[in-house]
Amino acid sequence: MSTLRVEGVTVRFGEVTAVDDVTLSVDVGVTGLIGPNGAGKTTLFDVISGLRKPTAGRVLLDDADITSWGPHQRSRRGVARTFQRLEVFGSLTVWENVVVALESRRRSARLAAELLERVGIAEFSDNQADTVPTGAARLLELARALATDPSLLLLDEPSSGLDRAETDAFGALLQELVAEGRAVVLVEHDMDLVMNYCDRVHVLNLGSLLTSGTPAEIREHAGVREAYLG
Amino acid sequence: MTALLAYTVFGLVTGGAYAVVAGGLVLTYSTSKVFNVGHGAIGMVMAFLYWELAENRGLPQWLALLLVVGVCAPLFGLVIERFVMRRLAGAPVGITLVAGVGVLVGLIGAAQVIWPPQARPVRPFLDQYGVHIGQSYVSGHDLVTLACAVLVAGGLYVLLNRTRTGLAMRACVDAPELAALYGTRPHRLSALSWAIGSALAALGGILLTPVVQLDYVTMTLLVITAYTAALVGRLRSLPWTFVGALGLGLVQSYAVAYLPSSPFWIAFRAAIPALLLFVVLLAMPQSPLRIGGVRGQRGVAVPNALTTGVGAALFLGVAVVLALLVDSVVAGQLALGLVFGIVLLSMVLLTGYGGVVSLGQFTFVGVGAVTVARLGGSPWTLVVGALVSAAIGAVIALTALRVSGLYLALATLGFAQLMDKLVLQSPIAFGVRGSLQVPRLFESAAAQLVLAAVVFALVGAAVLAIRRGRLGRRMIAVKDSSAACATLGLNVRWIRVWVFSLSAAIAGLAGGLFAQLRETVAASDFQLFNNLPLLLFAVIAGVTSVSGALLGGVLLMLLPVLQSGFPAFAGAAVVLLGVAAAGLARDPNGLMSWVFRAWSWRRA
Repeated sequence: MSTLRVEGVTVRFGEVTAVDDVTLSVDVGVTGLIGPNGAGKTTLFDVISGLRKPTAGRVLLDDADITSWGPHQRSRRGVARTFQRLEVFGSLTVWENVVVALESRRRSARLAAELLERVGIAEFSDNQADTVPTGAARLLELARALATDPSLLLLDEPSSGLDRAETDAFGALLQELVAEGRAVVLVEHDMDLVMNYCDRVHVLNLGSLLTSGTPAEIREHAGVREAYLG
Repeated sequence: MTALLAYTVFGLVTGGAYAVVAGGLVLTYSTSKVFNVGHGAIGMVMAFLYWELAENRGLPQWLALLLVVGVCAPLFGLVIERFVMRRLAGAPVGITLVAGVGVLVGLIGAAQVIWPPQARPVRPFLDQYGVHIGQSYVSGHDLVTLACAVLVAGGLYVLLNRTRTGLAMRACVDAPELAALYGTRPHRLSALSWAIGSALAALGGILLTPVVQLDYVTMTLLVITAYTAALVGRLRSLPWTFVGALGLGLVQSYAVAYLPSSPFWIAFRAAIPALLLFVVLLAMPQSPLRIGGVRGQRGVAVPNALTTGVGAALFLGVAVVLALLVDSVVAGQLALGLVFGIVLLSMVLLTGYGGVVSLGQFTFVGVGAVTVARLGGSPWTLVVGALVSAAIGAVIALTALRVSGLYLALATLGFAQLMDKLVLQSPIAFGVRGSLQVPRLFESAAAQLVLAAVVFALVGAAVLAIRRGRLGRRMIAVKDSSAACATLGLNVRWIRVWVFSLSAAIAGLAGGLFAQLRETVAASDFQLFNNLPLLLFAVIAGVTSVSGALLGGVLLMLLPVLQSGFPAFAGAAVVLLGVAAAGLARDPNGLMSWVFRAWSWRRA
């Protein structure tokens, strides 16, 4: 049972405020985080995963304040993420990518094949990771994140580069992950995916939290449409 | 009080000359994103050229200055930009650094060929016009230096902030492709910045000749001073760079005035720029983990355990046969080549796999050599030498690994200078006479060859085993994406420290072998400058494979042999080395990968 709370998080880059006093919480299940480009979604992920220190605010995991923790410490507490701009280990093979993550958790390297099978890219096992198609590389990042057996999984635009059938398979995988008791946060532009699989959705716009609600509530929200359509 | 004033003025004058050099460095770096390690070397060559024109050929000083700073230096900058640096645009920091080191080494070689060592006095400018401030005298040359610093500061400010060209230059740094869309020409701007940068290096070099004397290495290493000043401005801000340069000049001047003049403190003064470099590095914030833009590197295939074993056995067989066949001089040389090969194995680990460029690897060899020389002849002292090196490597890593990439590589250069000036050249290391006798482990050269071969084979096999294993995967993962590593729970910093000190241990082990093979070792064997050919040979031969290390070690051993065999060729060999490295920098797999490619093509 894992809960993430973000309290009053603000990130400024010089004059620009990328994230402005955002407070939200995430429970087990799939939580959507949507908003137009530049809304601050990826920056918020950076703050939660520990890659960026917030200018103000706190991050709490299971009521423990982890704001000052480094990314590797958070990972050991069960936080894992994927990246919008791919961060696969390009010099290593796909299989080795997953093994690095498994070894970091002292888990058996034998699990790698299973994980690659699970996300559906077993065929690329022996390829060097910077040579696989974008969609496969995103799934590789997912497999690598799963290798740390996370309780909180942050996925940054996982479905871009996937075709329809692959996206459906991905949706099914999301439900499995939730059934295993994990909390998943999904930054996504594919609205079908968000509306079909999310239990709850937070909408960011220009760095601020615009609204939160169930997919049905978000669909009806006038401000959301405005933010997207301008 | 008057003494303080005099030293302050003197410090400001030196600082002003540093500011001119450092300003050029920041300008080229901030507009072309290539850090020119050869910046000081350009200043050195141009100062020699100035001597040639003004002193040797008898041209008026102003004309010589105009020709060198206004014509020759900018042209030279253009040539370097066009034929070396432009091809490397967007390449990783390590590659541009190696190309820069290639330029540096090539320039030193060229200077030594054209201007063989001799005393070359250079007349100061406007010597007849000095002014008295209180009781201290400020010479005309000092006034010229200060005026130049002010003019350069003003000129650069106007160029960058008040002209369209300057605006375009600043735009190109952030996004050359975008700037090109708006009609600027990134190539032309980058060329312009290299021309101005070289001219400033030349001007600074010429202004400093009365202070530092015309010397190949001292002037080349001005780049460390300039870099320290530039770091104060984070390699971006010109005003802060000028502040840094003036501060450095003042600190050095006060050090001359107020520190005791025992040998240690004299050495200490020379190490001040490197020392301040570390102070500035410590004050810098931890570099953020870089996100985005991951490109993998294609190394040569890694052999499995069986192939490694067979390869090592074959290699040892050949070494034993050679030891039985060749005479003792050749056997001794081959053993030396293998010892250099072991040093290069330490770079395969650190640079080839870990992606960290170290400009101070030979210094760890020195540490190992000193340890063995001090403790005397038992095989265990080799191990102790390796451990001492590893410990020092860990300490350096903890300091320097706060920063990454370019900053880190230059920090290792600073470290090498610090060790050179403060430890290796002091009596602590090699005693008052500056050299130590070391008992050999085995008397015969043949046995030395076999010993070196055994150690090379063991270390080579260990390096490959590391590459195939967990640590190897981790270090490559850290190189490719440290951000992803951190989010997977790996402590990136400890992995880096571990790799750095492991690599230092290998270099230290090689140092011990080197000491007992040579029988006499001296501080001059481990000068800072020896680090640079080492890096170049590593890259030329191939820094990603054990066979590349072997080839590089043999080449490194052959260089002085060739140079003493063909004295006319000595300088040219160094020039060639620099050119080859600048040309081959693009592919760190080096010459060895061509061999592998030819092999796999033949089999296919």
